[in-house]
Amino acid sequence: MDSILTEKELIRGLSLNDKSATERIYKENYQVIQNLVMNNNGSEDDAKDIFQEALIVLYEKSRMTEFVLNCQIKTYLYSVSRRLWLKRLQKNNWYERQSVGIEEVVVVEEDIAFHEKRNSEFGMMESALANVGEPCKSILEAYYIQKQNMQDIADRFGYTNADNAKNQKYKCLTRLKKLFFAQYKNGNS
Amino acid sequence: MNDIRLMEMVERYFRDELSEKEKILFQELRRTQPDVDQLVVEHHFFINQMEQFDQDRQFRSSLGEIHNKLASEGKIKRPAGGVKLVYLWNRYKKTIAVAASIAGVTALIISGMITSLTPKTNIKQIENLGRKIDILEKNQNHTRRELYDVKNKIEIPGVPAKFGGTGFLIDVKGYLITNAHVVSKADKVTVQNRSGVELNAVTLFSDERLDIAILKISDSLYKPLNSLPYFINRKSVVDLAEPIFTLGYPRDEIVYGEGYLSAKTGYNGDTLACQISISANPGNSGGPVINKDGEVIGILSTRQTSAEGVVFAIKSSHIFKVLDELKKDSVNLQLKMPASSAVKNLSRTQQVKKIENCVYMVKGY
Repeated sequence: MDSILTEKELIRGLSLNDKSATERIYKENYQVIQNLVMNNNGSEDDAKDIFQEALIVLYEKSRMTEFVLNCQIKTYLYSVSRRLWLKRLQKNNWYERQSVGIEEVVVVEEDIAFHEKRNSEFGMMESALANVGEPCKSILEAYYIQKQNMQDIADRFGYTNADNAKNQKYKCLTRLKKLFFAQYKNGNS
Repeated sequence: MNDIRLMEMVERYFRDELSEKEKILFQELRRTQPDVDQLVVEHHFFINQMEQFDQDRQFRSSLGEIHNKLASEGKIKRPAGGVKLVYLWNRYKKTIAVAASIAGVTALIISGMITSLTPKTNIKQIENLGRKIDILEKNQNHTRRELYDVKNKIEIPGVPAKFGGTGFLIDVKGYLITNAHVVSKADKVTVQNRSGVELNAVTLFSDERLDIAILKISDSLYKPLNSLPYFINRKSVVDLAEPIFTLGYPRDEIVYGEGYLSAKTGYNGDTLACQISISANPGNSGGPVINKDGEVIGILSTRQTSAEGVVFAIKSSHIFKVLDELKKDSVNLQLKMPASSAVKNLSRTQQVKKIENCVYMVKGY
C-alpha cells in the first residue's frame, strides 16, 4: 500500500519538475534500462538517451490532467524504453533478434506517438525561435516565458518606454508565429 | 496599431485582467467577428506551445544534471564492460576454451623448459636491492611530507600576487586546469572563487610544452560542488566560425567574453592550439573556451602582441594527455569528468550562471 502511495507522490513531483522526485526515479530505474540497451547492441550513451527520452514521455504524460498510471513506474519506463530502443534498432537496420528484453511490458505505442508529435512541434518552435533572431528571441522569452512586465523589458533592452517595447514585441511575435505556423501547417498536412 | 491593441486585449483576457465591462465587450467582439475568435484560439495555442517548449527544455537539462550528479556520486554505475563481456563470452565460449587449453599446455611446456635450463640466480641479492629502493622511497616520502607541511604552514602572504590567471574545475573534488605559465614561477599558489574567498592549492603537475598545469585545491574551506555543468570535449573537433565564450579574471571580478573560432591552428601553425577571436587580457590565461552546447573545447592561453584580437587556445584534447601523464605518476588518482554537458539548450545567461561557479582566479606568489 505504502509503495503505491509513494509512486503517486513521485509522479506528482515529476509533473512539477521537482528535482528530488526526478532524481529518485532516475536512480531507481536507470540501471535496468542501461542493461536492457547495452545487452542489445547499445552503447552507454544510447542507454542514457533512451532512458531520458522515456522519462520525458512519462513527464509529458504526468502533466496531463486526466492522467493515471495503471502500472508501476518501473514497468512503464521499461516498456517505453524497450519500444524506443527497438525503433532505433530498426531505423539503423540493426534489428537482429525478436526477443529484446524479457520483463513484463505494457502497451505504450499511443504515448510514444504522442511524444513524437510533441518532439516535432518543439523542434519547430526551436527553429522558429532561432530564426526570429535577436533581440526578438530574448524579448519574447522575457515576456512569455520569464513573465517579465513590459516596463522591465523596456529598461533591459533599452527602449525609451514600455509602449515602444510593446510595439517591438508585437512585431516579433507576429514574425515568430509566421515562422512557426508555416512549419506546423506543413507538418500536419 | 489596432492589431496591437487587440492583441493586448487578448493577452489581458488570458491573464484575467479585463474589467467586467471590457469582458462583455470582448465576448461580443469574439461572437460577431470570427477572425477575432480565430486569433484568440490561435494565440492561446501558440503561447501554450511556447511555455511547454520551455518546460520541456528545462526538464531535459535537469535530467542531464541529475545524470552527472548520480554518476559522480557513484549511484549509477557504468557496467564496466561486463555486459559486453557476457555477450562476447556466450558467443565465443567454445573458441576461447580451445584456445585457453592450447595456451595452457604451451605455457606449461615452456616454463618447464626454462626452469630446467636456466642457471640458479642469487635471489637474495635481488631482495636486498628491492629493500634499498624501499628505504629510499620511504626517505623520499618523508622529505616530501615535510616539504608539504612547511608549504602548508606558509600563510597566504599579504603581498600582492606575482602572477595571476584563471583556472577551471575538471573534477568536483577540487582539481583545476590552468596554464603552466601561470603557476610555473610561483612558490605558492592560491585560487580565489567568485565570491572572493582565497583557498590554498598545490600544483600537481605542469607540462611546459603543452602549457597545461593541474592544480588541486588543498584547503579545508573548499566545498565541493555536486556536479560540473560543462563537459570537456575529448575530440577537439573545432569548426571555423563556431561561436565560443570564455570566463576569466583579467581583474578582480569574473569577466565574460564572447567570440568565435577563427583558425584551426595556433601561432605559426601550431597544431596544439587553435586561434580564436575574442577580447582577452593578461589574467584570462587558463580560462575555459566553451561552445554553445557547454562543451569545453580549449584553454585560453596566449595572444599575439603584434595583432589585435588574435588569441590562441590550447585544444581540450591535450587536457586528457596531461591527465594520462599524471595518472602514470599517481596511481590512485581518480578523476570523474562529466560525460555530457548539463547546460546544453539553456540560454547563455543561465549557462554562465552555472559555469561561473567552476571558474577560479589563480594567483601565484
